[in-house]
Amino acid sequence: MIFTRSRVPVAEFEHVAGWQSKPEGLCRGERCVPFRSADPAMVELAAAADALAMPLVHDAAHGLWALGAEAGGRALHSAVAPELELPDYRGGSFRLSSLRGTKVLLVAWASW
Amino acid sequence: MWQELRTELRPQGLEIVTVALDARGIDAAGPWIAKAAPDHPSLIDEGHVVDALFGVLNVPSGIWIDEEGMIARPPEPAHPRRPAYLDRAVPPDASPAQREGIELVKALHVEAERYVAALRDWVRTGSESRFALSPDEVIRRSRPRPVEEATAAARFALGQALYARGAQAAAIEHFREAHRLQPTNWTYRRDAWSLAGADREVVYGTSWIEEVKREGVENYYPPLEL
Repeated sequence: MIFTRSRVPVAEFEHVAGWQSKPEGLCRGERCVPFRSADPAMVELAAAADALAMPLVHDAAHGLWALGAEAGGRALHSAVAPELELPDYRGGSFRLSSLRGTKVLLVAWASW
Repeated sequence: MWQELRTELRPQGLEIVTVALDARGIDAAGPWIAKAAPDHPSLIDEGHVVDALFGVLNVPSGIWIDEEGMIARPPEPAHPRRPAYLDRAVPPDASPAQREGIELVKALHVEAERYVAALRDWVRTGSESRFALSPDEVIRRSRPRPVEEATAAARFALGQALYARGAQAAAIEHFREAHRLQPTNWTYRRDAWSLAGADREVVYGTSWIEEVKREGVENYYPPLEL
């Protein structure tokens, strides 16, 4: 989850981080974490990182910020599959939720 | 690799989605995907987001997700068939290092038949399958996520982003830090090593053989808890 500035528009945060800004806070699926931004159109990464318990690492030399995974507890906070949005090899975009209604075997592999 | 199983099980209601954990993206994974000619979705994950989202540590790993979008089994080793490397003979002219590498690979714990049998059972019987786990068990079996491992995900993402921008020296520093913070994550290590090419052992000061021996060959693919 890479950002090129420390304060980003809500839409950018939602797209990159996968957490939606709602009146009740930041939400992923049915899980919501209390969060309020002074400017409702923008998200301060440091504040969001604190709220979500996701470490924020800043590479000052290159002007990049990266949000890590949620810390604490287990890798899966819920058995509800998180949304996964990635490009497919043909260049299209794929969302895991598009297969709702079908059993899915998600396989991680690599060329190396 | 998965196409054969997909052809068998798609009519019974299973879709297979493959995710290539390759920081070099389509350049690295594309030729393999083209050769496999998959009918199923084949995704590219340059930043290893499935590690952060699901707790993937190594490849191949499989995650079962039911029709309602509930995880029925968290990440675990997933082999569709017995890999050829398990039966590879050591050439008579192999160097001691080559011999050690081949013998170490042959000692990896792979349970393809059991895994595929369990998958077939789940596809056929759904939540009635004894291999479908309860939500509590899914969470319990997923990896603990201390702050060090959560930070490793950010370090790897920074490394990948800098590599893509041509800042290789800076990328290597972040990759090294990701490896230090989460030494059990093989996808972070092996992808970074692959980017370093022939210099990998010089750059990272270690090798796959050394690391597998240090972590224990039996832990590389932990036994399936079926």
